[in-house]
Amino acid sequence: MTAHSLLSAGSLGPARWVNSLVANAGFALAWAAAAMLLVVLPLIFKSDSAIAVMCIIGVSVVFALSYNMLLGQAGLLSFGHAIFFGLGGFCAIHVMNAVAASHAPVPLVLIPLVGGLGGLFFGIVFGSLASKRGGTIFAMISFGLGELVSSAAPILNRFFGGETGITTDRSALYAPFGMNFGPQIQVYYLIAGWCFISSLAMYFVTRTPFGQIMRAVRENPERLEFIGCSTRRVRFVAFILAAFFAGVAGALAAINFEIMTVSNVGGNQSAMVVLMTYIGGIGYFVGPVIGAVLITLMQILLSDITAGWQMYLGILFVVVVMYAPGGIAALFGPEGMAAQAWHSPRQFVLVMPMLLTVVGGMLLIELGYQVGLKSSDGPIRVLFGIAVNSRSPLPWLVGLALVIGSFCGLRFATAPADRMPAVLRELTGVPHG
Amino acid sequence: MLQLVTFSILNGLLYGMLLFLLASGLTLIFSMMGVLNIAHASFYMLGAYFGFQIAKEIGFWPALLIAPLAVGLIGALIERYGLRRVHAYGHVAELLFTFGLAFIIEELVQMIWGRVPVDYRIPAGLNTTAFTLFNTSYPTFRVFILLIAVAVFGLLMLLVTKTRVGLIVRAALTQPRMVGMLGHDVPRIFMLVFGLGCALAGLAGVIAGPVFVTQPSMAGVFGPILFVVIVVGGLGSLAGALIASLLIGLVQTFAVALNVSIGTVMGAVGISSPPLLLDELWPVTIAQIAPVVPYLLMVLLLIFRPTGLLGRRM
Repeated sequence: MTAHSLLSAGSLGPARWVNSLVANAGFALAWAAAAMLLVVLPLIFKSDSAIAVMCIIGVSVVFALSYNMLLGQAGLLSFGHAIFFGLGGFCAIHVMNAVAASHAPVPLVLIPLVGGLGGLFFGIVFGSLASKRGGTIFAMISFGLGELVSSAAPILNRFFGGETGITTDRSALYAPFGMNFGPQIQVYYLIAGWCFISSLAMYFVTRTPFGQIMRAVRENPERLEFIGCSTRRVRFVAFILAAFFAGVAGALAAINFEIMTVSNVGGNQSAMVVLMTYIGGIGYFVGPVIGAVLITLMQILLSDITAGWQMYLGILFVVVVMYAPGGIAALFGPEGMAAQAWHSPRQFVLVMPMLLTVVGGMLLIELGYQVGLKSSDGPIRVLFGIAVNSRSPLPWLVGLALVIGSFCGLRFATAPADRMPAVLRELTGVPHG
Repeated sequence: MLQLVTFSILNGLLYGMLLFLLASGLTLIFSMMGVLNIAHASFYMLGAYFGFQIAKEIGFWPALLIAPLAVGLIGALIERYGLRRVHAYGHVAELLFTFGLAFIIEELVQMIWGRVPVDYRIPAGLNTTAFTLFNTSYPTFRVFILLIAVAVFGLLMLLVTKTRVGLIVRAALTQPRMVGMLGHDVPRIFMLVFGLGCALAGLAGVIAGPVFVTQPSMAGVFGPILFVVIVVGGLGSLAGALIASLLIGLVQTFAVALNVSIGTVMGAVGISSPPLLLDELWPVTIAQIAPVVPYLLMVLLLIFRPTGLLGRRM
């Protein structure tokens, strides 16, 4: 069964399927609200830096959503997704330079499509290798392919521009109606528009029969093979679709920053999209959006405050993997922790030890950086409004006590009722016996 | 020429045996628990840093013993309290857990030891010349690394093939449930194998640290090559991992030593003028493309022999 026939086959023909969507008013309202939000945001946050941050977030959202087509939909864990982001971006930047040089009437708004096609092309090349197997082997091969590209990139100077990268001037392109995309606000609306269109397109894909088949590949590939469907082909199509949208994101980044470097195809970029998507939550369509917004803000805001923002990011990720595998989105979902606490407010008691664990952990991490990496700044550092001496044992003991004590408290409080002390049982409202 | 070949073979064997010290643990853990430990190279890095610190405080010889034990203990604890919990959520969650772990360990190492390489020196007693061949001397420490690696390989083989523990481990590889039925504590076996794998990686770190640079990026450089090794060797095959480790070690070492341009090589084959768009590759030397070689090898193998060299199924 080919992917094309999968798209149109099934009980829902394309026409009826669109009708059912139009009939779904809640869906239309949600997307209209999202569009309104994108239009209004720069009117609320007017400063240049805020608009620049929102541009970066827009790029991240498209990238994370494209990644979730693989991870959340098809269950394919890729550790080399940045190669399509980067290669798409490089394709876009080369086309931008060529267009600017030849004065061809190609407007900048079409450049993300070039990036997407670039991503699609490389997606076909690498996808034919990677899609042979799913699961752990896919993860390993994607890792290897990512390393192949990022280790070959410094050699291929003409395409990747060596250490300096490739630069461009987005305002040098053909500018209809005087829109030359010099001011950042114009770039914001370009990114917001492409972000909206791409998100909508990716959402549509999840609603098609092919989207259902992708979930089937994730849940039970063996059974899917038995009913005569090539899982390899489904993985391949999912892979190239994800590569297309990653290329779009790369082109948006190229337009935003006007530069692409070798690091854009590298392992860090690949790691970041894994963290973003999973922390946000892979089970919900909005999950990666939440993750992209949160992590990008963390990256920009926290990196000024602490040397250890990546440590916090890593720990947040591992905590999510261990204790909240649905990600942040699932916490607020119908069966999430937030909904449970809403129904039995006594569970809010648990927030206290959680907060104490976090505070203690932050104290220990900051102390660690103060005696290690940042030891040249001297032992004294102001944390939580208090001047703390990292050379004295007291703050270390306080941090350890906070983490260990509140963590044990949490373990007790969330343990099965028969193993829970009576006091905690009262507090948390768990029935006796 | 003979000098180049001899020393490249020696260095290639050395690099290959180091790769095998890591790959053996990785492939054992993978075939036993189905977990690809992405943080495996991070334990190698931890070994190197622990080795550096202990060698500075006490001496190299205690470090050679204590550091791998400490790394192994950390590995076993992580398996017991982290991985085992995540196991319930499936393989993707396990992969992501070890991935996050690699991220955290890299940050932790930077937090404690800084972002620049540390000064991990070859111990004074071994900082001599082992032998001189063709007027080039070969350091004793490299011979020492080679000996340790070969000894560990021998011990590991004995452990897996000749002892009762090895028998249970081999049985747990394919029939974990049956082994459990027979009264063996399979989760504990997993924990011990995980710890042993980490300890081997730590040992590789202690002995490789002074020769290769001990810095926070060393895990990121080594990790992906390990995946290439176990994909090329065939998943779960110890012998395959050995062959692939040596192959990649030799190929990469020879590539680094070859200061010949691609154009010259192609010219010798008969392709003197570069094809369209590839002309910038012609002046590039083989040494420059050495980092790409393992991954190219993996791609070629995936096309022509997807099961790996000695793998049965994939």
